[in-house]
Amino acid sequence: MSARPTLGFAILRHVLLLAGAAFMLAPFVWMLSTSLKPSTEIFLDHIRLWPDQLAVVENYTAAFTKAPLLWFLLNGVIVTISIFALQVLVALPCAYALSKLRFKGKQALFAVVLLCLLIPPHAISVPLFLLFHQIGILDSYAALVVPFTISVFGIFLMRQFFMTVPDDLIDAARMDGISEFGIVWRVMLPTAVPALTAFGIFSVVAHWNDYFWPLIVINSEHLLTPPLGVAAFRNQEAGTDFGPLMAAATIVIAPLVIAFLMAQRRFIEGIALTGMK
Amino acid sequence: MAGIDIDGITKNFGRTEVLRRVDLDIRAGEFMTLVGPSGCGKSTLLRIVAGLELQSSGSVRIADTPVDSLRPRDRDLAMVFQSYALYPHLTVGENIAVPLRMRQLKGHQRWPYLGALMPGARDIERAIAAEVGSVADMLDIGHLLARKPGQLSGGQRQRVALGRAMVRHPKAFLMDEPLSNLDAKLRVHMRAEIAQLHRRLGTTFIYVTHDQSEAMTMSDRIAVMMDGAILQVAAPDTVYNDPTDIRVAEFIGSPKINVLPAMVRADGSLAVEDSIIAVEAGAAPGEPVTLAFRPEHALLADPEQAALRGRIAHVENLGSDILVHVRVGESGQPPLVVRTAPNGHRHEIGEKTGIDLSSRLPLLFGRDGKRIGVASARQREAAHG
Ligand SMILES: Nc1ncnc2c1ncn2[C@@H]1O[C@H](COP(=O)(O)OP(=O)(O)OP(=O)(O)O)[C@@H](O)[C@H]1O
Ligand SMILES: [Mg+2]
Repeated sequence: MSARPTLGFAILRHVLLLAGAAFMLAPFVWMLSTSLKPSTEIFLDHIRLWPDQLAVVENYTAAFTKAPLLWFLLNGVIVTISIFALQVLVALPCAYALSKLRFKGKQALFAVVLLCLLIPPHAISVPLFLLFHQIGILDSYAALVVPFTISVFGIFLMRQFFMTVPDDLIDAARMDGISEFGIVWRVMLPTAVPALTAFGIFSVVAHWNDYFWPLIVINSEHLLTPPLGVAAFRNQEAGTDFGPLMAAATIVIAPLVIAFLMAQRRFIEGIALTGMK
Repeated sequence: MAGIDIDGITKNFGRTEVLRRVDLDIRAGEFMTLVGPSGCGKSTLLRIVAGLELQSSGSVRIADTPVDSLRPRDRDLAMVFQSYALYPHLTVGENIAVPLRMRQLKGHQRWPYLGALMPGARDIERAIAAEVGSVADMLDIGHLLARKPGQLSGGQRQRVALGRAMVRHPKAFLMDEPLSNLDAKLRVHMRAEIAQLHRRLGTTFIYVTHDQSEAMTMSDRIAVMMDGAILQVAAPDTVYNDPTDIRVAEFIGSPKINVLPAMVRADGSLAVEDSIIAVEAGAAPGEPVTLAFRPEHALLADPEQAALRGRIAHVENLGSDILVHVRVGESGQPPLVVRTAPNGHRHEIGEKTGIDLSSRLPLLFGRDGKRIGVASARQREAAHG
């Protein structure tokens, strides 16, 4: 086999991929670059990625002082962690029952789970809003967390993973005297760590970045999640001070990027493992 | 140590009947092997005894106590699985300790990290560690306690699984094909080790296998199962020499027992192929029967004087024995196998030879596969004359 066509193809492939990556990254690069610039340099008639005059300190201090950005970040952490913990608490026993227990109507129940995967979250937001209004939990942490505690996707993902766990392992646990709930937490959970990590990343990314639902249910400033916080920032600051605004956006995105870089291998493993997305 | 009574167990999966009224009494301290071809319901029966599967009818008693309403953990049995089923996230030592920790520690004492701080937990943990250590030494896996199951060989995993079963001194051990994932040499070795373990512990063992040689070499008694029913329960020797059913005879023994269709003649002798075997069959004249004999119960002989005649089709030299395959008649039947000692004589393919059955009475089975009595012709003469 000659090397030249292969080499040519490899170059072409990389050029295409690089172009795609550059296209995807452009807004982020622009955000980062803007967050470094003083306001005089933001609206120029030519593209300048690196400013003549760095305004890093000014912009980032402004981001932290002109609005309680740290508080928003803390809200984000509280909400995403609560959501994920509750999702796991619900999804693991459900997935265990759907994959390993024998009971009447199991197939039908699983079909319902699959059906629920098709319901777009926005479609049920109005009824949910009305319901929360009725029970009076609008504008609270509960309103941010409760709608997402039952993750159909999580149940489905974990069920698919649990299907691959050998039945003998569960029978051995039963012989050893572990209860059914004990099996979920002591046997299934530790073997499912890769799948759980993948699900955790999906869940945390989705809810950290969620703009739609918090926008609907939250009014009080002290409950704002990071994306809402950034938006609120802009309103407060009359909308023109893009330097601090982009600094705030960078800070909001940073935790996810750092988490992804640290868990990258796990993440890819998890996705490869579940054959999803 | 306890006896186990299996009483009229049936099991249906939907409409398929997997077990059909199985009765089996296992004595305290006995090594009982369930053997049979794949899919005959051995594992299902074992799982019913363990409580992992619910029978459709019938009952199981352990030490004379009905256990049908007890959960697996309350039956005080231990099971070893074909796939070993070790907890992949725990070390060998932790794996072996699980049954003890689940039984001896209270819920709050098992909490991760905090559990050890609970009152009384430390003493129990220390006792458990000592117990795990002694079991591990007994199985020669003491040096592996800190490893994860993923870092062990098949044989080592097998020992860990045995250790996890042994550690809490259960009333009986249930083993479902524990050796079938090992290579041939290790299998023979572990066979001896498990038999030794049984002698040392003196506990009741129920051992499931589809390998008749495992059944023959390890058991006190063998229960031969086929199509969801037990055909015969007896000592290995009896099952081999005195099978009550043609399916038992064909399943037990390697090489397989030789079978030939035969016809009972008016005087009780048997017409086989083109020759006559002078015995007295306990069946009506004219009835088709099956004649069976083990390879070592026949001799190669001069074709003119032997009961059966044929040509040598194939010769297998095992070193200690030679298996001579003889094609009898022209029919499409598989050749008969005769086991002979190597005596310097070379058996040529295609050579004419006879098979002499006179040294031992052949086995006879009726049309329904059940054993039929047979006496030697000489006894008849003696009785009549
Ligand atoms: N959960 C189940 N649902 C339906 N049928 C089953 C189930 N479990 C077992 N069977 C059927 O019951 C029969 C007996 O199965 P079992 O596992 O007891 O066989 P076995 O004798 O252990 O075979 P092997 O030597 O292959 O392990 C098989 O035909 C099998 O298909
Ligand atoms: Mg089986």
